[in-house]
Amino acid sequence: MNYFQLFHLPAQFELDLTELGTRYLELQRQFHPDKHAAGSERDKLMAVQQAANINDAYHSLKQPLLRAEHLLALRGLKISNEQRSFMEPAFLMQQMELRELLAEISDAADPDALIDEADQQIQQQKKALLRQLQSALDANNPEHDHQAADIIRKLKFFFKLQHELELIEQTQD
Amino acid sequence: MALLQIAEPGQSAAPHQHKLAAGIDLGTTNSLVATVRSGEAKTLFNKAGQDMVPSVVRYTADNVIVGHAAAADAVLDPHNTIVSVKRLMGRGFAEINADAEHIPYELVDQSGLVAINTIQGIKNPVEVSAEILATLADTASQTLGGELTGVVITVPAYFDDSQRQATKDAAKLAGLNVLRLLNEPTAAALAYGLDSGQEGVVAVYDLGGGTFDISILRLKRGVFEVLATGGDSALGGDDFDHALVSWLQQQTGQSTLTHSELRQYLVTARQIKENLSATEQLDFVLPLADGEFKGQISRSDFDALIQPLVRKTIRACKQVLRDAGLDTEEIQQVVMVGGSTRVPLVRSAVAEFFAAEPLTSIDPDKVVAIGAAIQANVLVGNKSDHDTLLLDVIPLSLGLETMGGLVEKIIPRNTVIPVARAQEFTTFKDGQTAMAIHVLQGERELVDACRSLARFNLTNIPAMAAGGAHIRVTFQVDADGLLSVTAQEKSTGVSASIQVKPSYGLSDDQVATMIQSSMLYAKQDMQLRLLKEQQVEAERVLEAVTAALNADAELLTAEEKLSVEQALAELATVKQGDNTAAIKAAIEHTNHITDEFAARRMDISIRKALQGHKVDEV
Repeated sequence: MNYFQLFHLPAQFELDLTELGTRYLELQRQFHPDKHAAGSERDKLMAVQQAANINDAYHSLKQPLLRAEHLLALRGLKISNEQRSFMEPAFLMQQMELRELLAEISDAADPDALIDEADQQIQQQKKALLRQLQSALDANNPEHDHQAADIIRKLKFFFKLQHELELIEQTQD
Repeated sequence: MALLQIAEPGQSAAPHQHKLAAGIDLGTTNSLVATVRSGEAKTLFNKAGQDMVPSVVRYTADNVIVGHAAAADAVLDPHNTIVSVKRLMGRGFAEINADAEHIPYELVDQSGLVAINTIQGIKNPVEVSAEILATLADTASQTLGGELTGVVITVPAYFDDSQRQATKDAAKLAGLNVLRLLNEPTAAALAYGLDSGQEGVVAVYDLGGGTFDISILRLKRGVFEVLATGGDSALGGDDFDHALVSWLQQQTGQSTLTHSELRQYLVTARQIKENLSATEQLDFVLPLADGEFKGQISRSDFDALIQPLVRKTIRACKQVLRDAGLDTEEIQQVVMVGGSTRVPLVRSAVAEFFAAEPLTSIDPDKVVAIGAAIQANVLVGNKSDHDTLLLDVIPLSLGLETMGGLVEKIIPRNTVIPVARAQEFTTFKDGQTAMAIHVLQGERELVDACRSLARFNLTNIPAMAAGGAHIRVTFQVDADGLLSVTAQEKSTGVSASIQVKPSYGLSDDQVATMIQSSMLYAKQDMQLRLLKEQQVEAERVLEAVTAALNADAELLTAEEKLSVEQALAELATVKQGDNTAAIKAAIEHTNHITDEFAARRMDISIRKALQGHKVDEV
């Protein structure tokens, strides 16, 4: 299913999230199972499936990584879940350094300072990669699409790091 | 001259007619039923003039007593008087038995599930709850003067799949048509939101007799969007009572108690707790087998006893804020729900944590039933002034067991429902035709630390080389928060059959057997009930398809239209008769004929829903 079509939005990476939210609610107002509770069993089942589709589409467009993946899938490029064995050495090095930083937090004299530092680095890299992702996707040709796929793989590392950092932060208080 | 259509009383209702619907708050301590009349939601009173019915069921040799009369007998006949049955819903015997010291009746193991040994034999929590539901429904139909078309039953937001399924089974056993299981905090937010036209982000702190829920909702123009929910389905005011019982035991020096004594201690503990909400210092009398014990307790003594429990709820509040990605400053209001929020320490702790004065303008004991009644009225199809939309979430992550006893999450907690997620599996051996899938619910990574929901056996997988079959298993959670699973082999399109074995629930067959053997139906003919169910469904199908034809006949070719009309005519004829199987077959036939029509209408309506936007895009 083309999620952009479902919400009548242009199939591009840059998205008006407010508009997406408004259209999402308009669709749910019509298709949510609560609107079909007095209907026949078949209608109820269809409403559940339709509402689930709408929720899934909304969820996928709301998050930049999933949105980019969906956009690439529509263009015929599917990113497999396995990590590609090859990654640029510089990138891997940077990842290792960040992991080491995260590992140091629990024993640090001032953990908050390290958390802030790690957070800042992750946010910075994420932002830069998202900018690159946007221009790769905007180019809309096969060569740039493959570049976009590589950027998405890199971004996944950073989202994972961010999640781990949040978990570490929680154990601090 | 046109003929007037007159429906037989109690038969098919004209579409514009007000249908009878009720909201039921099936609580741990008390239960209530409410309905919307003349645009206002109100709780309903039984013949004795009470709207709050104690959730207590007493089995005597030849009778079942529910409510106040049963509660009055609790000390007299503890073994046959079931209190707080909600805590046992959808639970395993081994899970409950761990803290059985506080349960004053005899628990037994009913093939893994917890059940109670009574004078009328073994009763499971579903049967006990069905008695409470039937009593409430009875109050409603007597007050409203007719049979209920449907009910909304509230459940703690934090209830897992087995607990929800058990609640739905109880309603089925009580002969009720469940329009929706509604989360208690969402119901409360609905009652408050519509009452005050509140907008913004609110927290609902719901501490009942046996369960604790904390939910964060965003209210905006009739949309009630749950951002995150959390809690503890085994923490509530009952635990305050138990803490007091232990304290009383220290005072009296009675280290072991009989069932009857425990019941007396619990009664006194509850009185102490309630009185300490209004006073700082209390003299109390505890009746004993030989005389009585006179004692004194201050509010600060009590606060010290329950402090660890209150702290546990505040920890859950912190977690749920994190899940919602919000800070305390962003919470505009805190809605207090549940009788246990009357405890001063609870109020002050919540006020302090959220830095907001808690809202208590609607009676915390009744607000959930009122919200449920509002939603029941909407769902049954009655006209309402409010165009509301409730977007709720799944409270606990759903996952699958993978190699090494680990859980892989497929639907994370706080995902908006309904939701469907597919996962692909492949075969491990050549010619493998069956596969077992273990579904769990919980946040931890190890299988043993999560709650087992069910084991699914997939069979009829086409025999292929190892890794050749690709089985796509779809996990769907509906608007009630209930899971269903379907499976299909991708290359052949063959549907694999699924046998579900719920870990802590009853199979469909078991529920059917319970319905048939139930005392509740002694007077009613089972066959008649099944016939009526099919007739009602036939009526719904006729109404829906006729309305669809009137609106969108142009989507069909002349030939297609003819076959739809024929199917409808046949269904209308068969419906008049008393052949249940024939009606069922005619419904299925009509559904089959109109499947494509329904799909086309769905596509069109999606486009229509967004039409306003299409114009400015061109």
